[in-house]
Amino acid sequence: MEAGFFSSDLGILVITLLRALALLVPLLIGVAYLTYAERKVLAAMQLRKGPNVVGPFGLWQPFADAIKMLFKETVIPDGASRLLFLFAPMITFGLAIIAWAVIPVNNHWAIANINVGLLYLFAISSLGVYGVIIAGWASNSKFAFLGAMRSAAQMVSYEVSIGLVILSVLVCVGSLNLNDIVVAQRHIWFAIPLLPMFVIFFISGLAETNRAPFDLPEGESEIVAGFFVEYSAMSFALFFLGEYANMILMSGMTTIFFLGGWLSPIPLAPFTWVPGPIWFLLKVMLCLFVFLWVRATLPRFRYDQLMQLGWKVFLPLSLCWLVITASALEIFGWLPHA
Amino acid sequence: MIVALAFYVFAAILLLSACMVITARNPVHSVLFLILAFINAAALFVLAGAEFLAMVLVIVYVGAVAVLFLFVVMMLDVDFAALREGFQRYAPLGLLIGFILMVEIGAVAVGWTVTPAAHLASQVPMPADMSNTAALGDLIYTRYMFAFELVALLLLVAMIGAIVLTHSGERRSRRQDISAQHQRPIDETLTMVKLGIGKGARQMTQSAPASQETIR
Repeated sequence: MEAGFFSSDLGILVITLLRALALLVPLLIGVAYLTYAERKVLAAMQLRKGPNVVGPFGLWQPFADAIKMLFKETVIPDGASRLLFLFAPMITFGLAIIAWAVIPVNNHWAIANINVGLLYLFAISSLGVYGVIIAGWASNSKFAFLGAMRSAAQMVSYEVSIGLVILSVLVCVGSLNLNDIVVAQRHIWFAIPLLPMFVIFFISGLAETNRAPFDLPEGESEIVAGFFVEYSAMSFALFFLGEYANMILMSGMTTIFFLGGWLSPIPLAPFTWVPGPIWFLLKVMLCLFVFLWVRATLPRFRYDQLMQLGWKVFLPLSLCWLVITASALEIFGWLPHA
Repeated sequence: MIVALAFYVFAAILLLSACMVITARNPVHSVLFLILAFINAAALFVLAGAEFLAMVLVIVYVGAVAVLFLFVVMMLDVDFAALREGFQRYAPLGLLIGFILMVEIGAVAVGWTVTPAAHLASQVPMPADMSNTAALGDLIYTRYMFAFELVALLLLVAMIGAIVLTHSGERRSRRQDISAQHQRPIDETLTMVKLGIGKGARQMTQSAPASQETIR
């Protein structure tokens, strides 16, 4: 009876929903505490204390912020396109969440272990620009529109190099399945043979998530706060949380493509006792720390420098490295499925 | 059952949003409906088992083409009153062209006969031991290599054309030349000045160049 229910259509639906819940709840708590971690890490790097009033060590701060945001008034500017104005933050946040459907946190532990997982991730991350553009246009404000234009150009440019970096990972694996990509790294993590690609991917990830030093779409010193100047209350909070969810997603992608996903760093006894999801979590946290570290360290890029870096440095470099990788695999006979 | 339900939902949204593309008053809304149509088409591809095509549709059309499209449409300053001005006058002509096109399409569709053996001859059977991504790659890079490279060449020509059209030759904007900045010697950029009491740096360098020290 039970087995029959779980293999029926409805049963599969229920199981999928439960799995999604099991992934979403830790993810959302992670997003909340990433905002806290960012403030603490920045504070520590600037010799301050950071949030320390609400709860022990300020641990309830994210919830206090969320409640504050919920009780504020949502102001919709005059002349704004109402529906799109409210829809834009949902796109940003929703896209950051649905990408997690294919991310494996352990061997065959993904909500959907699909054959084209890598392309799915790339497709979802290429949609991220819409939340920003629509927000900028729907606000009916010059500053918001300027921010949206900047971010459209920026995200499209850096997607090109991300695509080429992903291709060079793909050439090494011979599969678009994320599970296979991690399993292919059991001997050596791709961060070592593909080190330049790893660095380029991480920097492009910073640009793709609009984080410092590439946070030009925000650019509070020139265009106030860029695409979300007009947003308030919960719609602002959704943009804010979307940015952090995107950071976690980017870190997850970096972990899967280059840092061996759930695999332990050394395949020996004390390390292999630690379960896979813990390793995955630790690696994601390491990447996130670098995100915060970069924000505390580097000043913002100028717009022409950003474009120059994307098109004149990263694009040729990643294209070149793709050819080198493919040639090396061919010469040494390491091509998968050869 | 769920698959059939999903098909009808996606197909309905696809048709509806395709209609909205041409009926929406605001061009930006049109483009957004076009994007919705693309995404639903991708979902239909997934239902048909063509997951690679679905993802490529989203990446290429939604992720790149439609972004630029939206970008251009948002920046256009379209005067809608001027656009509708000649509507009454040109409507009969437009209807006539539309009618002719419809009749032609109808004539072709009615007269179309497909021999039952045609699909056996033209199609390459799906290999059982491959995912459809691998099968497509296998076909494109072997049998259709020439066509594939021709398409790539076409895109390259279009790209070069666009660059030539927009490149004016002269450098009007001020650009940063990073290597030139790095090659600049220190004595061109920095002078050390010993300030006398009650005198500014400019007076010192003008009156007494001897006290000026350059650093190496």
